[in-house]
Amino acid sequence: MATTTLPTGPIEPDASAKGTRFGGLRRITAAIREARGVPRFMLWAGAVISALFVITAVFAPLIAPYSFDTYRSGGHNFPKQGSPDGDHWFGTTVQSLDVLSRTVYGARTALEVMLLAVVFSLILGVLLGLVAGYFGGWLDRILVLVMDALFAFPYLLLAIVAGFVFSGIAGGGVVTAALSITVVYIPQYFRVVRASALSAREATFVEAARAMGAKPSVVIRKYLFGNVIQSVPVITTMNAADGIGTLAGLGFLGLGIQPTQAAEWGYDLDRAIDDANAGMWWTSLYPGLAMVIAILGFTLLGEGLNDVLNPTMRRRRISKVLLPAHTRRRTVTAPALPDVPEGEAVK
Amino acid sequence: MLTKPDIEESGEGAAGDVGEALVEASGLEVHFGLRGGLLGRFSGRAAGAVRAVDGIDLTLRKGEVLGLVGESGSGKTTLGRTLIGLTKATAGTVRYRGQDITALGERGLRPLRRRLQMVFQDPHASLNPAMDIRTAVGHPLRIHQLVADEQEYEARVVDALERVGLTPPERYLGKFPGDLSGGQKQRAVLARAIIAEPELLVADEPISMLDMSVRAKILQLMLDLKRDLDLTYVYVTHDLASAKFFCDTIAIMYLGRIVEYGPTAEVFANPQHPYTEALLAAIPEPDPERALPRELPRGEIPDAARPPMGCAFHPRCPVAVEACGWEARDLRTLLENRWLELAPEAATREKSLFADVESLAVDGLSTVAIAPGRGHSPEDVLEYLRHLREEASQAEPREPFWRGVVSMHAESGRAVVEFAPPRDPRLSLIPATGVQVACHLREPVGSTTGT
Repeated sequence: MATTTLPTGPIEPDASAKGTRFGGLRRITAAIREARGVPRFMLWAGAVISALFVITAVFAPLIAPYSFDTYRSGGHNFPKQGSPDGDHWFGTTVQSLDVLSRTVYGARTALEVMLLAVVFSLILGVLLGLVAGYFGGWLDRILVLVMDALFAFPYLLLAIVAGFVFSGIAGGGVVTAALSITVVYIPQYFRVVRASALSAREATFVEAARAMGAKPSVVIRKYLFGNVIQSVPVITTMNAADGIGTLAGLGFLGLGIQPTQAAEWGYDLDRAIDDANAGMWWTSLYPGLAMVIAILGFTLLGEGLNDVLNPTMRRRRISKVLLPAHTRRRTVTAPALPDVPEGEAVK
Repeated sequence: MLTKPDIEESGEGAAGDVGEALVEASGLEVHFGLRGGLLGRFSGRAAGAVRAVDGIDLTLRKGEVLGLVGESGSGKTTLGRTLIGLTKATAGTVRYRGQDITALGERGLRPLRRRLQMVFQDPHASLNPAMDIRTAVGHPLRIHQLVADEQEYEARVVDALERVGLTPPERYLGKFPGDLSGGQKQRAVLARAIIAEPELLVADEPISMLDMSVRAKILQLMLDLKRDLDLTYVYVTHDLASAKFFCDTIAIMYLGRIVEYGPTAEVFANPQHPYTEALLAAIPEPDPERALPRELPRGEIPDAARPPMGCAFHPRCPVAVEACGWEARDLRTLLENRWLELAPEAATREKSLFADVESLAVDGLSTVAIAPGRGHSPEDVLEYLRHLREEASQAEPREPFWRGVVSMHAESGRAVVEFAPPRDPRLSLIPATGVQVACHLREPVGSTTGT
């Protein structure tokens, strides 16, 4: 039956009832607290790395010694392709830019794009998936066709095409990059949510809601949403990791964010290719390393969450039972036993 | 279908003439289309229809408890759902207080849903696992906008929980369905069903998923609710014992039709239809000393997509008569059952008399021409069949099949078996009991003319 496959850890869409919202959160946090072993390690390692990434991104202006496009300071230009030293810990690039600053600001760009892309694709994908799954029929067919067509494209190619389309409308900034990545990820949310909605639609409680006289919009919001949303956090973190890679891919090809607008790891790597041949390792190492660490963090977080939240993966452990301290009292009461008549004591 | 069984003198038909008619169904049919094989699916061609509900007339009075009883696949659940508009009727009408609800769309039905509620079989599945009891039980109030503010909402939810015995209500308000037991869940479902003050409650086997210890309590609760809230119930079940305890009126269903319909006490004390008798005989007797040998119906319930002609129960009926709708399919069943019992060699020898036994499996053949097997003449087949009839006339209990055979003769190289013309039994009132029954054996003498 459909309901049995659904994990019972809801995220309640409507904040009208306090108990529901907190109850739902409590269930997720309880599952996280219960996690042991490898999932626990992955979850916490991923969370720490991701938190570091986010902190770096948010406080980039405080952490980075210079701005991402600063090439001169104190009246003289930075050295061109200078190796790491006391002034420029990570060295400088061919454009006389500080590698450390660019790497730190790159985290900020990556975070912005990632958040926007995830939010856009989450909203659109979940909404379309719910509607297609619940109503079915022609709407469902057309949406599935479109989403499958999107799936059929190599994701980078799709992002490039979408990037071209959106750059005409929104310019070459963060929003354009986020939108082109959104197009790539909508089908993932759509498919997962639609599949869960399809099975949840047949559940008795949805039918009961219909028998109560609930409108389709109410059924979707109150009965389907909370039961299909559980699979989404995992995809979100996985997509976040993937989004960083896709953004870098676009930047590497010179199609993402314009270099004047923000620092971007992929663009930096592209400019560093010639340096690497010339033995200048620092221009490519640091942006690449930052990228790897960020992706690793979100992937670990996603995998950890998947192991912890997915009831088919979760294994409940039997924790050792510790006898409470007051069991000692038994030895105290033992001498009282002889008072009981023997016949009863045998029982 | 050929004819609709109709109710005669429906005014004084059912026993509980306690109030005005709340729901009236007439000529109600629900047929589900079948898609058939792979090719049919691609071409979208329907391969027949399952007749889940096939021509039903009934009147439900205010305050009545109507039991719909039948085997699995008899269409009792579908009928219950159609009565409140959850399943679309393909023909006929359901009138709720004079308003035809089969004509209404989903949108038009929504305001009525407040008055027509349903309790589902599985309490574990009928509550949203992601919704706490406070929200779930009170949701009908929000849907129909029956409360002005939060205090009133809370008060109504608490009141409903108290009514169904979930006390103290405060303890249950914040709980999730996963925290409750089966009986508690069904109580919560009942609270949700009654909170919007319904008039009719369709309970689809509400106790079949519960523990034995909880069943009686839930039924008693439902009776209390009926008394307090002036409810009318349609109780769908296969459990005759609970129906006897719970219902005022009982309708025994078989393959989408009502075969017996009347006051519960009368139906149980004096079953009229052979199917009812068989159902009652099937109630287990706990004391092996007192257990009587019983005649359970032969075979299985037939395929509702290809129901037998005439009375749908005739292939399983021990007392069927010639007009019950005998057809070629029954001859095939008879032969196959015989060959199953014979030794394999003898069975093979007898089988060789027939060119193709499977040709008898077509439904609706009142006259069948049987091709004799290789090296046999039609006379051989006839001889064999006559021999069978002879054998059957001496055996006890008598095989009712042969009563339906009108003639057997040879015609252009084939053995032709003709059956009596089938006639649909109509629901007719047994005088002085208030029970209506659809059986040829119980028909008033005047109305035995065939259709």
